Amino acid sequence: MYKDKSEVVFSDDASALIQKIIRRYPDGRQKSALLPLLHIAQAEFGGWLSAPVMDKVAEILNIQSIEVYEVASFYSMFNLKPVGRCVIEVCRTGPCWLLGAEDIVKYLEKKLNIKEGQTTADGVFTLKTVECLASCGTAPMMQIGQTYHEHLTCEKVDEVIDHYKNNTEGTISHWSKDKIKA
Amino acid sequence: MSRQLLLEHINTPGIRGIKAFREKGGYSALEKALKTMKPDEVTEEVKKSGLRGRGGAGFPTGMKWSFLAKPDGVPRYLVCNADESEPGTFKDRYLMSHIPHSLVEGMIVSSYALGANTAYIYIRGEMLYVYHILEEAIAEAYEAGFLGKNILGTGYSLDLYVHPGGGAYICGEETALLESLEGKRGNPRIKPPFPAVKGLWQSPTVVNNVETIAAVPHIINMSGDEYAKIGIGKSTGTKLISACGHINKPGVYEIELGVPVEEFIYSDKYCGGIRNGKKLKAVVAGGSSVPILPGEMILKTPTGEPRLMSYESLSEGGFAGGTMLGSGGFIVMDEDTSIVKNLWNFTRFYHHESCGQCSPCREGTGWMEKILHKFMDGHATLKDIDLLWDIQSKIEGKTICPLGDAAAWPVASAIRHFRSEFEDYVRNPEKIKDIKHYYRLNNLQPVS
Ligand SMILES: Cc1cc2nc3c(=O)[nH]c(=O)nc-3n(C[C@H](O)[C@H](O)[C@H](O)COP(=O)(O)O)c2cc1C
Ligand code: SF4
Ligand code: FES
Repeated sequence: MYKDKSEVVFSDDASALIQKIIRRYPDGRQKSALLPLLHIAQAEFGGWLSAPVMDKVAEILNIQSIEVYEVASFYSMFNLKPVGRCVIEVCRTGPCWLLGAEDIVKYLEKKLNIKEGQTTADGVFTLKTVECLASCGTAPMMQIGQTYHEHLTCEKVDEVIDHYKNNTEGTISHWSKDKIKA
Repeated sequence: MSRQLLLEHINTPGIRGIKAFREKGGYSALEKALKTMKPDEVTEEVKKSGLRGRGGAGFPTGMKWSFLAKPDGVPRYLVCNADESEPGTFKDRYLMSHIPHSLVEGMIVSSYALGANTAYIYIRGEMLYVYHILEEAIAEAYEAGFLGKNILGTGYSLDLYVHPGGGAYICGEETALLESLEGKRGNPRIKPPFPAVKGLWQSPTVVNNVETIAAVPHIINMSGDEYAKIGIGKSTGTKLISACGHINKPGVYEIELGVPVEEFIYSDKYCGGIRNGKKLKAVVAGGSSVPILPGEMILKTPTGEPRLMSYESLSEGGFAGGTMLGSGGFIVMDEDTSIVKNLWNFTRFYHHESCGQCSPCREGTGWMEKILHKFMDGHATLKDIDLLWDIQSKIEGKTICPLGDAAAWPVASAIRHFRSEFEDYVRNPEKIKDIKHYYRLNNLQPVS
């Protein structure tokens, strides 16, 4: 995609939001804004963080690129490889498991014809499994962008997939695009 | 026994907004504290209330606050731990998404008590939608003059910000959380120094759970002494319990501490009994990290008394015969549950979430996961049970942070109470292929 960070340009809205967030931390502590910035970067640049994008974030925060890489690779929400427009994150932890999460993952694998961790050939869906999302009372569940899909059954999974299959909004990110505008 | 404080107004339309919240008495504690009390008097009320940390460890909140170092000219910080990622726990998300102002008001009153002029709410990244709900509530509070410079003309100033994590269970550990808030990997710090002396950016810092902080305005309104009358013994006040697993009515319940466990599981007011008329097999009472107990042991203490939902009663019997209230994540398992398979899942979780700094935790969790996998594959031997026991005993107490213990306890307790099930899988490996079946949804079509 980008050859280097000079080609990476945040939208005006995102740039304004980034400056607002950096001001929340004391002078000289701007590195603290790294996690929110990575979320915004991921929302702006196709749902994943390429090296040039991370280099750009480092430049904005006036820190070394390695400080960004080591953080991005530590946290599970940041995708370091390209993903589909819609990343499905199914909870696989104990309480969801007790209520059928394993079968939901299998059903999705079969339906999308991919394995966990893979992206469909048309680039629409990526299937991820994640740890407890604090929604165990409505298990089994999965997250897409900001939305929790709960009490899953095969029928419900079908509905959700149908909905996103026809999505034309572009990448569904954790930090939703309308919240970058605000 | 159903005193409601935190969730009293949860069904009020519009309670997410400041208008409905104020109509229900919201922000009255803020006015009372800032206008009529000195900061130390607020701390004193919290001490009297007996409030204990709701994040898992149950440390007395007033005492924690009084440990905060107050060197001249150094800023102090309050950081709210909204990282809620302990499997089985979903109370903080519930409270924040429905009544965000209860946390905002609590943050202001608590910051005032601590003399903090900047405070942060560190929320799990996965809950970004709640991040935006909190941002809206904070904006409303600024607008109303409850945040910012010279709050209500009292001369006290506070800025409050929300900060999103990036997806890492370990960032719920308070020093990992502070590292993460500084824009680093979530590696727990070696203690001492404790955050009360050197915390965020090396300044004195208090870290408290969402529910702890949300309880503070109620204490100020009713007085610490009155709050202490709720509950039982040293377990004062109300507690949010998030109940899940094989029960009829999963959800978040605010209980007065001291409700009998049996009532909590079987009464229609709470969990409503076990699903599909099944029998109770086991309970993990305080989030995945606490020891698992068989049904009969969670209902009765070792002396045969009914067990209560309180810090003391749940831990009666010590490690061999009791468990912990922990975070209030109450996971119920019915008679069809495979304890071994569930343990494999939890152990896989801890292996995945280990930050990797300490060898016993990094390596030990991986070994335990592999050995448990052998049980799943039908290749385990009886010696593997002893090996598991040996490994967990070499993690516990030998690591920088308590994640090591949290990974060891479920293994120790599962072997202690369900050893015969491990042996059964060794002797009858053909049973293993049926385990999956226990996890099948009733309404799920077969998947080939
Ligand atoms: C691995 C680990 C994860 C934790 N996760 C959380 C969490 O998600 N939320 C929380 O409030 N406390 C969590 N804690 C406990 C915190 O370290 C800390 O004790 C707590 O935030 C203090 O607040 P309290 O006194 O109000 O409970 C965790 C501890 C450990 C060791
Ligand atoms: S116990 Fe585990 S999670 Fe905690 S610091 Fe050590 S390696 Fe990291
Ligand atoms: S285990 Fe899936 S949300 Fe908690």
